[in-house]
Amino acid sequence: MTGPRTSVATIVVPGAALGMLALAAAALWVELGPDERATVAALLTPPRVGLLVLLALALAGILGWIAHRLVAPLTRDAGRIAEAVRLVAHGNPSHRLPPSGGVELQAVAAAVNELADARAKLLADVETAAAEGEARVEEERTRLAALIAELDQSVLVCNREGRVLLYNAAAVALLGGSGKSGGSQLLGLGRSVFGIIDRAVIVHAIEAMERQVTRAVRESTRFVTATADGRLLRVQAAPVAGAGDDPAAGRELAGYVLLLSDVTENVEADAKHAALFRNLVETTRAALANIRAAIENLTEHPDLEAPRRTRFATVIRDEAVRMSDRLHELTGEATEGLKASWPLEEMRGEDLLTLARSRIERRTGLRTRLEAADPALWLRVDSFPLAQGICYIAQRLKDEFKVREVRFRLLPVGGHAQLDVLWRGPPMSSETAFAWQGEPFTHGGEDSPLTLVQVSERHGGELWYQFDVPTQMAYFRFLLPQAGARDSTPGRSAPSRPEFYDFDLFHRSPSAAALDERPLADLTYTVFDTETTGLNPTDGDEIIAIGAVRIVNGRLLQGETFESLVDPRRALSEASVAVHGITPEVLAGQPTIESVLPQFRRFVEETVLVGHNAAFDMRFLELNEARTGIRFDQPVLDTLLLSAAVNPAQESHSLEEIAARLGVEIVGRHTALGDALVTADVFLRLIPLLAERGIRTLGQARAASEKTYYARLKY
Amino acid sequence: MAKRVLIADDEPNIVISLEFLMEQAGYETRVATNGQEALDLVASFHPDLVLLDIMFPGKSGYEVCQRLKSDAATRDVKIVIVSAKGRGIEVAKALELGADAFIAKPFSTRDLVGKVREMLGDA
Repeated sequence: MTGPRTSVATIVVPGAALGMLALAAAALWVELGPDERATVAALLTPPRVGLLVLLALALAGILGWIAHRLVAPLTRDAGRIAEAVRLVAHGNPSHRLPPSGGVELQAVAAAVNELADARAKLLADVETAAAEGEARVEEERTRLAALIAELDQSVLVCNREGRVLLYNAAAVALLGGSGKSGGSQLLGLGRSVFGIIDRAVIVHAIEAMERQVTRAVRESTRFVTATADGRLLRVQAAPVAGAGDDPAAGRELAGYVLLLSDVTENVEADAKHAALFRNLVETTRAALANIRAAIENLTEHPDLEAPRRTRFATVIRDEAVRMSDRLHELTGEATEGLKASWPLEEMRGEDLLTLARSRIERRTGLRTRLEAADPALWLRVDSFPLAQGICYIAQRLKDEFKVREVRFRLLPVGGHAQLDVLWRGPPMSSETAFAWQGEPFTHGGEDSPLTLVQVSERHGGELWYQFDVPTQMAYFRFLLPQAGARDSTPGRSAPSRPEFYDFDLFHRSPSAAALDERPLADLTYTVFDTETTGLNPTDGDEIIAIGAVRIVNGRLLQGETFESLVDPRRALSEASVAVHGITPEVLAGQPTIESVLPQFRRFVEETVLVGHNAAFDMRFLELNEARTGIRFDQPVLDTLLLSAAVNPAQESHSLEEIAARLGVEIVGRHTALGDALVTADVFLRLIPLLAERGIRTLGQARAASEKTYYARLKY
Repeated sequence: MAKRVLIADDEPNIVISLEFLMEQAGYETRVATNGQEALDLVASFHPDLVLLDIMFPGKSGYEVCQRLKSDAATRDVKIVIVSAKGRGIEVAKALELGADAFIAKPFSTRDLVGKVREMLGDA
């Protein structure tokens, strides 16, 4: 590589010297007068000219040789450095350049060596961090596996496609010999779960879980299914959300965890128990009715003739004996079935309809329409057989009555829910209607031994057919139990549950080291923000919204948030409405600060509070202390002050500016929870920057905050 | 002419009291012990009111009720369900199917007679 450059130097330098000589000679010639030129011409005889040329060439040769001697080492050393740098970069990171060449080159080599050292250290750090990360993942995995292995309950972890990724010994014990296609071993890594559990049931659960994951709604994903050998399994499915840090963007279902238990005996005992109980109630009522009527007849008609008196007396005696016998009989049987509860789950009524409608549309091709549904209505149902039963009705309507559209109506009536499956068409005979209710769901690809009557009984519900003459609409009406009233108080919002365990909590030592001594990275924080009616807490401005999120072990727990609007019971300034967009109408009827602060107090318990410009929010909380008696006396950190401690030269420490500097994306600003999330992200990124400045503990962070200029701001 | 009450119940020990109470109240009575017999007796005896149990062998009281109320010829016959079933959901079903009243067992004989009189306009 150095050859051509050296040759160029050895040619250019003598060439240039010759050229300059020629130019000097020409210039001298021009300067000479005619006499002098004649004298010179006379002197330049051919032998002398040859001698001069030879002299010039010799001079050029010498110059070329000197140039070569000077340039060659330079280019050679530069090439050597380039090669060494390449070697460090791509081959041997520990290679270093030996000092050689001139002073400048030695300096370059030393600088390159420094760079190589820095790079080696960086590589080592990255490797250590990666190894630590891997070790932590491995440790978590081992713990999880150990935990799952120890569970008595059968656990299967599957991916979205139903391939088994993990299972435990209990699952093998439960499912080892079971399988839809015979008794072979169907449970194994990578095998399909559909070989063990009915595909339709899993698909049903996946749909429910997808709604749960994408809409962050709690929904029942428990169901009971039968294995080929006739056992009943209770299955609880929990979604595993895919990676994705933005909860607002929604997540995808990456897989699911199935918890299985054999409830054959429980369900049988339970069903028996329920039947026994109902039977007991009804026979007792009947017997009591007979006794009471007979006694009342006797007492109210004292002049009854003897034979009649005797008959009523006999009724009383017979019924009393019958009742005692029945009770005696039942006490033995009933205790058998007291163990488990019927697997009914709470589900939003609208979601049940969505499920039934999509099943009908998919399986029968019928159109469906929702006439009315109360969105606030929650049911206690076993959703799968119920959806199956509704679909069975639709299928028979299509096959036997040529119905093209099925409609739905779901309304609360009395203490129960009234679910109507309606269609337009001629009335059906009551014989047909009763027959449909008592026949198993074996239409249109459904293959269930259940009947509508059984499904209805299973829910403690009622079911019947009716025809409405004025509207010419026929319908099956289900009366179903309503779930208990939903807690509509704001408190924690529906959790997206991305982090439902944190094994680092195991590392916690209960040592009561003072919080000030604790490293920032180890503390548990509540990062919060408030929206207010205005900027002057002392002039009566009030909190209208509180949002907060927790940080545990350096992880922002998106699933552990607090969000509540607060009715300020006073007007909002127009300026504040322009900022947060919360109008007085939205706030009317929201809980008051007296009921929200106790909830918030519980949420922040035993954590360090973090806020942006926290002094402002804390002032509002302090002013409420007198009214609510609730005191927030935990340590407080302020991202504004911490940012000022990290970047004292920066002028602005607004949340937007800091977020931009630290590369935090801003989503949902000026909602309390949105700002709290941004602040939390900012705070997490400030921790390592603080550490670089030697601020590692809570005490150091508080001291640094106090020193900054902004600490003097008072509201 | 005395008004007619059909007692549809398969329990002889309640039938004896119901019969006595209705006779005391001045009504003419007949007894049916299953659903089909009740439907037949409505057609032949033409009662003004039926005291109807729900739990029958064969056709249930619900079905009898629905059939009587969906037939123009028998729609006006008053139906009082007298049943040991008594959960809200069962009462709701009976009333939806056209029953005029629901009396849960056990009942006060005075209340029962009072309800029948009220239904028949004799109160």
